Amino acid sequence: MLSENAKAEIEQLKGKYPDPKSALLPALYVAQREHGWLSPEVMRDVAEVMDLPPAEVASVASFYTMFNRQPVGENLIQVCTNISCSLLGAEHIVEYLKSKLGIDVGETTPDNKFTLVTVECLGSCGTAPMMQVNDTYYENLTEEKIDRILAELAERKG
Amino acid sequence: MEKFLLRNVGVPNSHEIDVYIGRGGYQALAKALKEFEPQELVNLVRESGLRGRGGAGFPAGVKWSFLPKGVYPRYLVCNADEGEPGTFKDRVLIEHDPHGLIEGIIISSYACEVEHAFIYIRGEYVFGAKRLEKAVAQAYERGYLGRNILGSGYDLELTVHRGAGSYVCGEETGLLTSLEGDRGHPKLKPPFPASQGLYRKPTIINNVETLFNVPFIVEHGAEWYKGFGTERSPGLKLFCISGHVNKPGVYELPLGTPMMTLINDYAGGPSKPIKTVIPGGSSTPMLPPDVLETLTLDYEALAAAGSMLGSGAVIVVGEGTCIVRLVERLAEFYRHESCGKCIPCREGTDWLYKIMHRIEHGQGREEDIDLLLDICDNISGKSFCPLGDAALGPITSSIKHFRDEYLYHIRERRCMV
Ligand SMILES: Cc1cc2nc3c(=O)[nH]c(=O)nc-3n(C[C@H](O)[C@H](O)[C@H](O)COP(=O)(O)O)c2cc1C
Ligand code: SF4
Ligand code: FES
Repeated sequence: MLSENAKAEIEQLKGKYPDPKSALLPALYVAQREHGWLSPEVMRDVAEVMDLPPAEVASVASFYTMFNRQPVGENLIQVCTNISCSLLGAEHIVEYLKSKLGIDVGETTPDNKFTLVTVECLGSCGTAPMMQVNDTYYENLTEEKIDRILAELAERKG
Repeated sequence: MEKFLLRNVGVPNSHEIDVYIGRGGYQALAKALKEFEPQELVNLVRESGLRGRGGAGFPAGVKWSFLPKGVYPRYLVCNADEGEPGTFKDRVLIEHDPHGLIEGIIISSYACEVEHAFIYIRGEYVFGAKRLEKAVAQAYERGYLGRNILGSGYDLELTVHRGAGSYVCGEETGLLTSLEGDRGHPKLKPPFPASQGLYRKPTIINNVETLFNVPFIVEHGAEWYKGFGTERSPGLKLFCISGHVNKPGVYELPLGTPMMTLINDYAGGPSKPIKTVIPGGSSTPMLPPDVLETLTLDYEALAAAGSMLGSGAVIVVGEGTCIVRLVERLAEFYRHESCGKCIPCREGTDWLYKIMHRIEHGQGREEDIDLLLDICDNISGKSFCPLGDAALGPITSSIKHFRDEYLYHIRERRCMV
C-alpha cells in the first residue's frame, strides 16, 4: 500500500529525532498525504516502517482529529464553530454551506468533491467567521465569498 | 507606541532571513553568545521579570533555573500549539516573523545549555509550519543553527514538529507525550519537565510569545524591559481581541494597560453594547461590564477581578448574545477535548455539556443550576491536569453573572434575547 518513496521518507524522518518513535505523527502525515486517509492497511505499513505494533499505531492515530480514519472528499471543508466565530455568525455559515452543497455536517457530496465538518477554534478568531479547506484558511467569510471559493474548488481537477 | 514584538509584522517579506537581518535581526544572538555565559542569561531573564505567556504566567527565568545542574542532554520545546479558543497571537508571530521566534529559541537554548530544541506547532497551522521549516533551513545555511554557531563553539539542532489536532497537547506534559509519538495524555507532576521531561531528560517548555521576548531583553537589558508594565507584571504583551468589536486583531501593549484602552483605542470600540468580556481565552471567567471601566490588563488586576489574564485573548460579547447558548458551546468544546484519562474530567465534562444542552433546548429544570455548580465542585482540583478546571470557568462565572438568563431559559423554555 505505502509507496517505496513514502517508506524512505519515513525512514529519514526517524533520523531527525533522538528517539525514532517521535517520528510517528510525521509518518502518519506522510501516509495520509499519499492515500487521503489512514486505512488499516496503510497504518499496518506505517507500523512496519516505524517498527511498532500495529495496534499502537492505530491507537495513536485515533487520538488526533486530523488523522482521517475514514475516506473524505477531495475537499475537506472545516468550519470553526467555536466562540469568536459563532459570535460572528458561524452557524449561518454552516447552514449556508449545507444548503449550497446539499449535504449535512459529516457528509460527503455524491461526486466526492466536498466533505463538510465543523471544528474547534483554528486560531483565526480575529478574522471570524472562518473555515479551513484542506490546508488553506479562508477568513472573514460571507455568502459571496463562499460562492467564489466553492466554484474555484469545484473546477479544480481532482 | 513604538512596536517591539510586532515590529516586523506588515513589513513586506518579513519572513525572509535577509529582510529580518536587514532590520537588525540575529544581533541579539551574536551579543548573547559573545557577551554572556549561559547562567548570566538565565539571571538576566529572571531579573527582567518576564512571565510565561502561554497562560499560567510563571516567571521564565525562574523556570530555567530549576534545571538540575550537570544533567545532559537537555531539551527545549517551544509550545506553538495555540489551541485556547480566542487566541491567535502566536500564529501572527510565526507567520510574519519566524526568524524572531527562532532567534529567541536559540538564545534561550544557549542559556539553558540545550543541544536540541523543538517547535511543537498545532497541526492546522500548515502555512505557519511551512514558513518555520523554511526559516529554520535558512538559519542553518547562515550558521545560526547547527554546529559551532557564529564561531562560539555552541551547537544546536532545531526541529519543527507538527501536532495533529488535540487541545490537551497544549498542556505541557501532554505535549511531551505527543512529541514522543504517543497519545497526548498528560502526566503526573512532579516530576516537572525541567527535571524529567522529553525522553525523561531535563526539558524547558515555553510559549512562542515568551521566547519571542528574549532577544529584546538581551538587546536592551532587564531594566529597559521592566520599564514597561507594572511592578509585578512587567513587560510587553500581545492581546488578541475578537468578537463584537470593530477592529479585531492582535495588539501589542504594556501589561497594565486599561481594558477600555484596548477595546476603544485599538480595537475600534465595541460593535454593540458590551454584555460581557471573557478576558484571557475561553476558560477564563467572564466579567460583567461594570468592572471593565477600571480594569487593567495585568495578572494581578485580572485575578483581583475574579478572572485571569490567561493567553491574552480578549473576547468581547455584545448585547443580543444568548449566554446559555455560548456556554453550551464552550461546554461542548471541553467535553470534546477531554482526553478521558481521569474520571472527574471525562465524566464531569460530559454531564456539564448534557445539562447545558437541555437547558438551551428548553428542557432544563430549576435544580439544574445547582447541579451544574455541584459537578463543577466535583471536578475542581480533582482532575489530573488543568483541563478539567479550565472547563469550569465559563459555567461558574456565567451562573454568577447571568443566573436570571438561566432561569428564564428554564422557566420560559426559550432564549431571553
Ligand atoms: C489544557 C491546556 C492547554 C494549554 N494549551 C497551551 C497552548 O496552546 N500554548 C501554550 O503555550 N501553553 C498552553 N498551555 C500551558 C502549558 O501547559 C504551559 O504552561 C506553557 O506552555 C508554559 O510556557 P510559558 O511558561 O512560556 O507560558 C495549556 C495548558 C493547559 C492545561
Ligand atoms: S483532566 Fe481531562 S484532559 Fe486532563 S488528564 Fe484528566 S481527562 Fe485528560
Ligand atoms: S473561534 Fe473560530 S477561529 Fe477561533
